[in-house]
Amino acid sequence: MPDIVVKTEDVVKEYRMGSNVLRALDGINIEIQRGEYISLMGPSGSGKSTLFNMIGALDRPTEGEVYIDGQNMSHLSQRQIAAFRCHRVGYIFQSYNLLNVRTAHGNVTLPMIFAGIPEKQRNEKAERLLDKVGLGDRMYHLPDELSGGQRQRVAIARALANDPSIILADEPTANLDTITGREIIDLIKQLNTEQGVTVISATHDLKMLDVSDRIVDIRDGLVERIRNRDEIEIEVGEVGGHE
Amino acid sequence: MEQQRPIEEQIDLPFLESLRISFQSLKIRFGRSIITTAGITLGIAFLVSVWTNNEIEFALQESGRSSEIANLDEASEQGISTKDIWLIIMSLIVCVVGIANSMLMAVTERFREIGTMKCLGALDGFVVRLFLLESGFQGFAGALIGALIGLLGAVILGLKNYGLDLFFYFPLLPARPENGPFQLGVLLLILFGCLLGMILAVIGSSFPAWRAAKLPPAEAMRTEV
Repeated sequence: MPDIVVKTEDVVKEYRMGSNVLRALDGINIEIQRGEYISLMGPSGSGKSTLFNMIGALDRPTEGEVYIDGQNMSHLSQRQIAAFRCHRVGYIFQSYNLLNVRTAHGNVTLPMIFAGIPEKQRNEKAERLLDKVGLGDRMYHLPDELSGGQRQRVAIARALANDPSIILADEPTANLDTITGREIIDLIKQLNTEQGVTVISATHDLKMLDVSDRIVDIRDGLVERIRNRDEIEIEVGEVGGHE
Repeated sequence: MEQQRPIEEQIDLPFLESLRISFQSLKIRFGRSIITTAGITLGIAFLVSVWTNNEIEFALQESGRSSEIANLDEASEQGISTKDIWLIIMSLIVCVVGIANSMLMAVTERFREIGTMKCLGALDGFVVRLFLLESGFQGFAGALIGALIGLLGAVILGLKNYGLDLFFYFPLLPARPENGPFQLGVLLLILFGCLLGMILAVIGSSFPAWRAAKLPPAEAMRTEV
């Protein structure tokens, strides 16, 4: 029996704008197994980011249920949801979402502060994680002093701070050039294979496809199809060459 | 099914940790903090100067020197004139609106930060506490500076109008306490100004912060200013 980490049941999300109702998700059913690398693909406005938010408990569905680790997310208290975001999930965003008032190191320690980890321990861990993502020499720089790729690396280190079992990445490469994007994808893939972290990524970056185990195509708020990696042909040309 | 463990409850952060984070945030955002604080300083300076000026005039009237002073109000027998009350109320309104506005802006531009902190596991209460601490500190510092500037302004104006006599009758304490809330005496007035600045700053920031903290993170992060 497969180990299901995320399961959605008829998830519907509507946004109300004045008298208009926009149905961003129209009944989504997916199951994601532990350790998988899943890409949610779809054009802008297809609902993939909305689905991403539902899976990450960043927003509540209008109808339907989301189960994570077998637990119905709508039954959790505020404190449990906060703990869930703190311990179980690491988020990576398109626009990095680093706190500009904290250094790279300060950004990575923040989730550990929320988790109540003692100072010495969290400082050491932040250093280790930043080293791992290749920012050992820029630990005490503010986000403004880092390039896009470096900021995304900080975000990845921060996402790993409390050893989550799921990494949620929303268009992590959209603001990066091809080569840097490739590096970020490789880094995420490495976490997936080496640490068995489940990766769920909303993207329309074709480079993400050849590292994914499955690709979920989302269109107009519905799952259009789910493809295994071996079912698709990927033609990612080499662009850019070397730096 | 290795990891089907129940989801635990999030812990509260020690107060010292919140204090540290809020001070760090004020320090790094120093330039921006100064601008917000300046908004509070100006409001309170205006209020305190108008009010002190009024207290000085009244104290001089009480001292029986009003006949020598040409530019005092006609309604002096009743204590404080309607014009003065009007001026004080106006300055209070300017102060309230100014401070509420600068705090509102300061919080609204940080909605994304609030959403991000919630993604990392912050409780709603923690976010509100952080803004409460930051704005309380900014409010108190800004208001104290504002009160002193306002006092200085009123003293300079008084010196120009009444000369050194001012200091003989300087209304450190209310000249006639039974006159009610518009006659506080300068000492109480400064304390009132500081408290007012702090309270307005705290209300002005914690209300939008509370609203932002209640939003689902996805929505808070979507908010564009």
